[in-house]
Amino acid sequence: MIKTDILIIGAGPTGLFAVFEAGLLQLKCHLIDALPQPGGQCSEIYPKKPIYDIPGFPEVLAGDLVNNLMEQIKAFQPGFTLGERANTIEKLEDGTFLVTTNKGTQHNAPIVAIAGGLGSFEPRKPLISNLKAFEDKGVAYFIKNPEIYRDKKVLIAGGGDSALDWSIFLADVASEVTLVHRRNEFRGALDSVEKVQVLKDQGKINLITPAEVTELKGTDKLQSVIIQKSGDTEEQIIKEVDEFIPLFGLSPKLGPIADWGLEIEKNAIKVDTFDYQTNIPGIYAIGDVNTYPGKLKLILCGFHEATLMCQSAYQRIYPDKKYVMKYTTVGGVSGFDGSKKQAPKAVVKTIE
Amino acid sequence: MSDIKIKITDRDGVLHEIDAPTDMNMNLMEIVRSYELAPEGTIGICGGMAMCASCQCYVVSDHQLPEMSDDEDAMLAEAFHVKDNSRLGCQIQMTEELEGLEVELAPES
Repeated sequence: MIKTDILIIGAGPTGLFAVFEAGLLQLKCHLIDALPQPGGQCSEIYPKKPIYDIPGFPEVLAGDLVNNLMEQIKAFQPGFTLGERANTIEKLEDGTFLVTTNKGTQHNAPIVAIAGGLGSFEPRKPLISNLKAFEDKGVAYFIKNPEIYRDKKVLIAGGGDSALDWSIFLADVASEVTLVHRRNEFRGALDSVEKVQVLKDQGKINLITPAEVTELKGTDKLQSVIIQKSGDTEEQIIKEVDEFIPLFGLSPKLGPIADWGLEIEKNAIKVDTFDYQTNIPGIYAIGDVNTYPGKLKLILCGFHEATLMCQSAYQRIYPDKKYVMKYTTVGGVSGFDGSKKQAPKAVVKTIE
Repeated sequence: MSDIKIKITDRDGVLHEIDAPTDMNMNLMEIVRSYELAPEGTIGICGGMAMCASCQCYVVSDHQLPEMSDDEDAMLAEAFHVKDNSRLGCQIQMTEELEGLEVELAPES
């Protein structure tokens, strides 16, 4: 069981900055995120897009903002449970919360801060009527362990970076890789597009475009797919495959958090703007996941909300302690790793 | 500049005739959000970067629309429920030329 002071659900910019503000108050944090890397939307959807409204940064790439935040919170040694979705929450007798992920990892903390953005990212599934019946029986939306595709016949569908990159990677692992896309054009890094071209010319990737997988066939397990080719030559191809991996990107869904007994309005969690606490004392919601009159879904607003949340969390954990906020220019930053950042002292010396 | 009248059919098939400002630098996705014609969190997820297709719509009237960028084109190539008249609402800027525009919101996916 992972124990911490503030359990943060969602490792986007708001969740990451909360670690810093908590650290200044000597509170430890642990973050859970459904994505395999921190940064939330900034890393997953638009890492290469510039943001212009982060105070003090005239222009910063979303990916760089995440890197900077990771650097800023490093000294506070946050823990991470990545690639897992927070599924259930339970209030224990001692008033603390137990949060369990879809993989069964348990986390215990007196404070839970939901910084879940628009929700956890779920794969976008193509519209194939019997797709669900073959999930985990030849159909997967993520590639967790590439080794399971060794010497298998694999079919990947999609036209973006992940479809390209996994086709390239599996070309050396699988016995056969087929890439199906609705267009002849692919959207990805130039390098990846060129590599797929080379592998196609070498006969290592079997490219079928423009085409779509329309039906899956098999008894207990996936055995073949029907591919509808469009364009000049409309034809149906029946292809024997062991594994079908549709890679059509991810879309956020509020998911299990919606069933935690929190007041929800417009797909967001209602909070009190005094400290961004929800209707359940001890559970806070910060950043894009919350709503209140006048709410703006901006990263800079998330930072503010995270800061006030930490002050309130501190008082919940230590109701009797006297505390006043200290500026970092005065108090410096003392990390849990023993590091200490401080403004250099001025010298007082006579000039003769 | 003035408002234009446009017709939007929401995901439940309800037709809305609304006034869209042309002087607020707004696109169709933002118009839909401002009138709350689709639940928050189900439209404009990426904020309008042509990176999520949650604002996909079918253009019913025959207005001359801005040409599709490579980004929009590629996003629609990966989206679902795509038809020949599919566009991303976030890439359609409200201008006086679009007076009388008629669109239908594509299903959520």
